[in-house]
Amino acid sequence: MNSEKEISNLASQIRRDVLRMIHAVQSGHPGAPLGCAEFFAALYLRILKHDPAGFKMDGMGEDVFFLSNGHLSAGWYSVLARSDYFDIAELGSFRKLNSRLQGHPATADGLPGVRVASGSLGQGLSVAIGYSLSKKLNKDPYHVYVLMGDGEIQEGQVWEAAIFATAKKVDNLIAVIDYNKKQIDGPLHEVMPLGNLKNKWESFGWQVLETDGNNVKELLAAMEQAKALTGKGKPVMVLMHTIMGKGVDFMEDRHQWHGSPPNDAQLQSALSQLEETLGDY
Amino acid sequence: MNQYINTGSKDTRSGFGAAMLELGKTNTDVVALCADLTGSLKLNEFAEAFPERFIQTGIAEANMMGIAAGLAIGGKIPFATTFANFATGRVYDQIRQSIAYSNKNVKIAASHAGITLGEDGATHQMLEDIGMMKMLPNMTVINPCDYNQTKAATIAASKHSGPVYLRFGRPKVPNFIPENQEFIIGKAILLQPGNDVSVFAAGHLVWRALEACKVLKDKGITAEIINIHTIKPLDVQAILDSVKKTGCAVSAEEHEMNGGLGDSIAQTLALHDPKPLEMVAVRDKFGESGTPDELIRKFNLDTPDIVEAALRAVKRKNK
Repeated sequence: MNSEKEISNLASQIRRDVLRMIHAVQSGHPGAPLGCAEFFAALYLRILKHDPAGFKMDGMGEDVFFLSNGHLSAGWYSVLARSDYFDIAELGSFRKLNSRLQGHPATADGLPGVRVASGSLGQGLSVAIGYSLSKKLNKDPYHVYVLMGDGEIQEGQVWEAAIFATAKKVDNLIAVIDYNKKQIDGPLHEVMPLGNLKNKWESFGWQVLETDGNNVKELLAAMEQAKALTGKGKPVMVLMHTIMGKGVDFMEDRHQWHGSPPNDAQLQSALSQLEETLGDY
Repeated sequence: MNQYINTGSKDTRSGFGAAMLELGKTNTDVVALCADLTGSLKLNEFAEAFPERFIQTGIAEANMMGIAAGLAIGGKIPFATTFANFATGRVYDQIRQSIAYSNKNVKIAASHAGITLGEDGATHQMLEDIGMMKMLPNMTVINPCDYNQTKAATIAASKHSGPVYLRFGRPKVPNFIPENQEFIIGKAILLQPGNDVSVFAAGHLVWRALEACKVLKDKGITAEIINIHTIKPLDVQAILDSVKKTGCAVSAEEHEMNGGLGDSIAQTLALHDPKPLEMVAVRDKFGESGTPDELIRKFNLDTPDIVEAALRAVKRKNK
């Protein structure tokens, strides 16, 4: 079993990958993937029961993860490559012409690990629910995970899905919200305050946990608890508090880093703060 | 001249319902979803027979489309069903990203399409759906003409690999396509051979095109009537072969002139063999309340309109 140290090491490498990938093409979304690095690492190293070697679209007999906030693509590609879904060297092709690593995740080129395109927000929870239903129909006891952004849940479709999941007892599903309290136009509470998210999801009938997504120990404990809450007739939600831009001092907690690439100097400064644990691609 | 008999008017949506019941029995991967319109979509029998494979989503079509995509990922063959306006415009981005771009094996079954929805009026009368759906890469677009063809098209859609948009209607209409007529997606059906003008029709206007053919014959004009049930992929060869012979064409559809079957025919002719084309379609208007037959007449989608279009096409050809 992969230790907390291994998860932290992978998270640090994911942060390096993300910044280098985005810097190379001067486009992409660094802030949120940096905030979710521990989550991606923990998910693929420890939480998911999955098979990188034989990626099957239908995910039969394994846990499946959906990235609904597709602009976190750089982080997801990094963890997928580092988890042997495809070659690490391919990370250098991010957002380039003819690359499998499209700006937002896509299925058209058969990239292992990706099961649906995402990028236009609010759709992933519905897809994850549909997939969860198929797992039940297929009598497949494994679990389904989906990550959404906190800005993303301003989309109405998310609440259609929230109502459905409770009504139809979609209890093999664990949804996680990247609660970094930032969106493009500014802090969430200034742009479109969401009120008390825990109360909201609980009032919609979900079992809700909260955790610090940048603390590996706490995150693992929460995700273990989330898994223990599946199979009880109610969907599970983990409100994962994260710091946008975590790990880079001039990026932390700054909404401006949602979708801006670092320049040469900024990249150097950032990389000097992030340990190269597994070898840059 | 081939004889087509109305064996008893039925609504095309009932053809869909009948096919679904059959599919439920023969294909355990088929799942039906509905957004609070089960009776209208004729899915009550399916829902009763296969409750574990019927998913009621309530009035939440965006969620329904996403769920359908997810089911398809898990190897199911989901039919996501509602009215045509709710099945397309309302959820266009959901279809575009989660279904079309992601190339998921989802079948969108859209009822009550066109002006013949009737009294509910323009908010429900969907006249832009064929256009919206055909513009999506990976999407197959089918508009069957009667009960028998709708049943066959539904079954064919279940066997097709990839996203399908299937649109059909509310009212009872003549049922004339032979039950054993083979339905091949993308293969147009020659209903009536002719030499003077090619009439390409879809959906509820196919029967009217056949009626128009009789009227034209009395005027000394032999019209070739071709049933284009699949707007995408279009049977380009059938269209070009026919127009090469006749020299002019008419398109007939229960849909907007901008972006439907007629536009596809126009594109085909313009690219390969420019010939006069007259279009029977709704002329850049929204619908309104009325009975189906009244509306067909008011919006100029009726047999005399097809006849007049054919005469105009022939006249332009002969100039």
